Amino acid sequence: MMKTTLTPGQRAGEMSMENVCKTYGADVLTKEVLKDCSFTLEKGRLTVLVGPSGCGKSTLINVLAGYEKPTSGRVSLDGEPVTGPGPDRLVVFQETALFPWMTTFENVSYGPRVRKELSGRELADTTMQLLKMVGLEDFAGKYPSQLSGGMQRRAELVRAMINHPKVMLMDEPFRGLDAMTRSLMQEYYVRLFEEHRGTNLFVTSELEEGIFLADRLVILTNHPCRVKKIMDVDLPRPREFSVMGSPEYLDIKREALELLHEEAMKSFAAGAVNAADFLEAYSKMGEEQARPKAGKDDGEGQRVTRTGSAYENH
Amino acid sequence: MNDRISRALAGIKNRTRSRTFWRGIFSLTVFTLLWELCTYLKAPIIGNVPAPSEVVSTLAVQLHNTYYWLSWKDSMIRIFTGFIIAQIIGVPLGLFLGANDRAREVLFPIFEIMRPVPPLAWVPVSVIFWPSAEMSMIFVTFLGAFFTVVLNIVEGITSIDVRYIRAAHSLGSSRSDIFWRVLLPASLPSVVVGMTVGMGITWAVVVAAEMVASKTGLGYLTWRGYVAGEFPLIVVGMMSIGIAGYFSSALIRLVGSRFTPWLKTR
Ligand SMILES: Nc1ncnc2c1ncn2[C@@H]1O[C@H](COP(=O)(O)OP(=O)(O)OP(=O)(O)O)[C@@H](O)[C@H]1O
Ligand SMILES: [Mg+2]
Repeated sequence: MMKTTLTPGQRAGEMSMENVCKTYGADVLTKEVLKDCSFTLEKGRLTVLVGPSGCGKSTLINVLAGYEKPTSGRVSLDGEPVTGPGPDRLVVFQETALFPWMTTFENVSYGPRVRKELSGRELADTTMQLLKMVGLEDFAGKYPSQLSGGMQRRAELVRAMINHPKVMLMDEPFRGLDAMTRSLMQEYYVRLFEEHRGTNLFVTSELEEGIFLADRLVILTNHPCRVKKIMDVDLPRPREFSVMGSPEYLDIKREALELLHEEAMKSFAAGAVNAADFLEAYSKMGEEQARPKAGKDDGEGQRVTRTGSAYENH
Repeated sequence: MNDRISRALAGIKNRTRSRTFWRGIFSLTVFTLLWELCTYLKAPIIGNVPAPSEVVSTLAVQLHNTYYWLSWKDSMIRIFTGFIIAQIIGVPLGLFLGANDRAREVLFPIFEIMRPVPPLAWVPVSVIFWPSAEMSMIFVTFLGAFFTVVLNIVEGITSIDVRYIRAAHSLGSSRSDIFWRVLLPASLPSVVVGMTVGMGITWAVVVAAEMVASKTGLGYLTWRGYVAGEFPLIVVGMMSIGIAGYFSSALIRLVGSRFTPWLKTR
């Protein structure tokens, strides 16, 4: 099996979370969202968090970013405790946060401009190069309201990538995109990551997307959110979509689905509404197992139909 | 290629613009004709209003009258002096209160109490308070625009989505970057709304103030028509105030859209 041969970017940092708990409210209204969460974002690797909708993924991101303080436990970046937000951890939010009053160009070049890292010419070149990479060079002078949802997502992705932060925290950045745009975005993102090798955390509720992108996969539980299992994803890089037909990919997927299935059963017992959806998806998975194996014999990896969103609570 | 497209687009835009223009002309014409007809037939209530033909002939006389134009000039000076002073003080104050939580908590209750007092209710007090009638009129005009603009800016800043501020922080903004590049531009649309509304209020205020405290201005012109029993002059005064108010608001909107180019593009 091929290990990643790429080296981490020079600015990549290592971030870790130890026994983090987070509760909201007080007394009888206490809501325990995170419970004893521990994991590490390894230097220069892409860690993916998967978990059902509403399990506390955004809360985890907010704690890592420093926007929210954990109720107990430690969060640290390169050994230093995290006490608040900072430019070393860049967040891409679940909802678009492009500044509506700036053009695409101004948005994307914002980070280096305020930190005064790049001068005029250099900044313009780098920005345009990135915009070209995601197919937005003709939209540099347009405002976000003039872009489609997918274009806004691409702009936001490069607005983050241009900074090469120590750690990049991405909260379901592709949620709400149509399947075509989504797979294009996955490709852009994985290429950008492989080029720069920063430390990345990518949150998703789509398992297939998660495995496709990940070096490591962190599977979360629901009510409260704990780390259920951390899996290494040793698929070859640069990643191609064809990997989704490989037996290694399918093994990981089966294992992950089994874990998520257990979770769903527990939720089911607790009366959660999304469990039924999940069970349906899981039974479909059984049928699917045979197909990609046949695909491999053809010598051509084929794209597996997405079922990942089925356990999400819509 | 691009050139041709943009020329074609400009053509379409011009055509639709002229179509709305002619529709406007049409409705105004119909309105005037109906009005004339009603006064001719002595319809109840409307029959007592001077007919458009009388108004037009009075207007024709007024247009050659320097006094009429002096009324315009005096009202305009009062409006814009009060309005501009209100912006000069109100905009920075609003930004300060919006960006500074503690200052807002301390000072905002004063605004909350003052706001419901209609600017017109300030007229008697300010006539007593200020040494000249001119000053008292400018003062009430100022008040009319001042509260609106301050409240709108504070509202604009405090309702900014926290995501923008968080995004700006994580992209490495300093405190001054957050203010100049995020809070200020994000609040601009509310500033423009505040100014447009404020401009409308200043006209209401100045007209009332002129009727009470002045011997000049469009408000006084209208009032004089009433006192002298020259009913067409009342209508001329009213229409002049309407036109003046319309153009002042249009001016604010024009300037405002220059400052908020991203709102045009929806
Ligand atoms: N400020 C808050 N006060 C109280 N409860 C909160 C707060 N923020 C989040 N929660 C609760 O924490 C739980 C997790 O929320 P969170 O947004 O982290 O979930 P998520 O995994 O990101 O969901 P999704 O996939 O839908 O984005 C939810 O049950 C939510 O109600
Ligand atoms: Mg979320």
